[in-house]
Amino acid sequence: MKPVFMTYTKKDLTNLGVCMVLSLIIIPTFIKTEYWYTSILIPWLCLALATIGQQVVMGYTGQLALGAAGFMAAGAFAMFNLILRVPDLGFVGSLIVSGLIAAAFGILFGLPSLKVRGIYLMVATLASQFFIIWMIDKFGWFKNYDSSGIITAQDIVILGKPFTTPLAMYFVCLAVTTVLTLLAMNMARGSTGRNWMAVRDMDIAAESMGVSLLKTKVQAFAISAFYCGVAGALFAFCYLKSLEPVAFDIKLSFKILFMCILGGLGTINGAFIGAAFILLFPVLLNAVGNNVFHGAIDATIISSIEQVIFGLLMIVFMIYEPLGMAKLWENLKQNIKLKLTSSNKKT
Amino acid sequence: MAYERKFKIGEPILEVNNISLSFGGVKAITDTSFNVLEHEVRAIIGPNGAGKSSMLNCINGIYKPQQGTVSFMGKEIPNITPNIMAQMGLSRTFQNLALFKRMSVLDNILVGRKLHTKTNFLEVALQLPKVKKEEKINRDRSEEIISFLEIEDIKDTPVGKLPYGLQKKVELGRALATDSSIILLDEPMAGMNVEEKRDMCRFILKVNDELGTTMVLIEHDMGVVMDISDRVVVLDYGKVIGDGTPDEIMANQKVIDAYLGVAH
Repeated sequence: MKPVFMTYTKKDLTNLGVCMVLSLIIIPTFIKTEYWYTSILIPWLCLALATIGQQVVMGYTGQLALGAAGFMAAGAFAMFNLILRVPDLGFVGSLIVSGLIAAAFGILFGLPSLKVRGIYLMVATLASQFFIIWMIDKFGWFKNYDSSGIITAQDIVILGKPFTTPLAMYFVCLAVTTVLTLLAMNMARGSTGRNWMAVRDMDIAAESMGVSLLKTKVQAFAISAFYCGVAGALFAFCYLKSLEPVAFDIKLSFKILFMCILGGLGTINGAFIGAAFILLFPVLLNAVGNNVFHGAIDATIISSIEQVIFGLLMIVFMIYEPLGMAKLWENLKQNIKLKLTSSNKKT
Repeated sequence: MAYERKFKIGEPILEVNNISLSFGGVKAITDTSFNVLEHEVRAIIGPNGAGKSSMLNCINGIYKPQQGTVSFMGKEIPNITPNIMAQMGLSRTFQNLALFKRMSVLDNILVGRKLHTKTNFLEVALQLPKVKKEEKINRDRSEEIISFLEIEDIKDTPVGKLPYGLQKKVELGRALATDSSIILLDEPMAGMNVEEKRDMCRFILKVNDELGTTMVLIEHDMGVVMDISDRVVVLDYGKVIGDGTPDEIMANQKVIDAYLGVAH
């Protein structure tokens, strides 16, 4: 008999195994250039984590929220202050507490979702974006009264060992992202995720089944902000290596929103696909510009082309594949499987 | 009738007292009272716009009536919300289908098990043994309902892709999954063909018979209503114009004039 209930199917475990081998063995052995770690892999993991946060609130719970970067800023500056002022907490402890601080902001700014929805909620959640950045700028305490505007992030020290090389930082990001992704998957597949999706698809019916709208929405906002907060802290400490509020402006929020939509709303793997696409696409365009056109196209034009293509893709995906690249990937796999089985039958 | 009911019809489980509901100047329900006895199949009938669905929405707490009270299990419920009623053991389906369209049939029915899920999100995230145990119980119960409704072959299909008749079945399944003591069914057979209706009747009677679940249903098909219900209440223009057994209703001149008369 097929087991009715298992947390992980065989397929999940193979996927996890492949990802682990790829990220732990293949990438560190074959990729030696620092550029890949500092400019692509580390920001990819951080932003994918933030995108998972956006997925929880937007893809799963259906609340149109915009302001992920605000929560990331909250997480990053909380981390800075915790390491500065409560050194006993350690890196991992600080990371968790900064996530929790961001989650507190998430609860606060998630409350409007009980009264407004759709585009109005989006505007209401924008408040988080601007308020958090304003707060950090306004009160010097958050920046430890640094006058230069840009603070250098402290070195990462875990259990007395420094993690300062790009490869070491990559492993830190990888470990945090892996753990949090697994937790997110468990929630999304379990009763928690079902409550989120029930609220997304038909809130009145969800309420009639005993799902509390207040609790579910606030919970989703808190979890989302927690993920964004942790992602923000990693983003500042492993990627930027500095802290400045400007790094977490509304553009980053939009970027995460795009990653979420292009990757596929309501999917966890879509967060990784979307983040990879949005990060790698400009790199690819630049490479094309340099190698095919040999610099004939100005860099500013390339970045404009990038914007145009993103915009077009958003429209195309919204119309033809609202479930995003994760769905395309599924379809591709299914097609290959079909082709393989049909060719097997012929022989 | 020769056959013996396992669950004898008992005391009133749900009482609606002098409910009045209006939307602006439009009176949907005027001073309406009736009751529902434990373990019975109670039908609410009436012409279009008579206030039947509004009545269910008042009982369930989606609408707040301007006047009147709803008592459930002998207690007057002061601030009715859908959530409170669900927790007290009242479940429902909706006229225009209110399923979770992007979720599979199984997941929809599993949401009905929400009140039997006690673990919190942290425990779910960490997949503690008690989460697995609880999930197994809920899944087993949902699978039971799925095989009872004979929809095993579509259990992994997103409900949005199913035809109307099957969606109605899934909605009944979701209401059943709550293990509520009373289920309100808003036009469970609308848009179904004869065969599907017969199936639906069979399910309703079987649930009532085997689990003793009290059923309140709104239905337009007179034949069905007279066949399966123990008592019928007739609404017209938001007022009760008849209340009694199917035979009494058939003989009630007011009802014939207002409702049955149209067909004659």
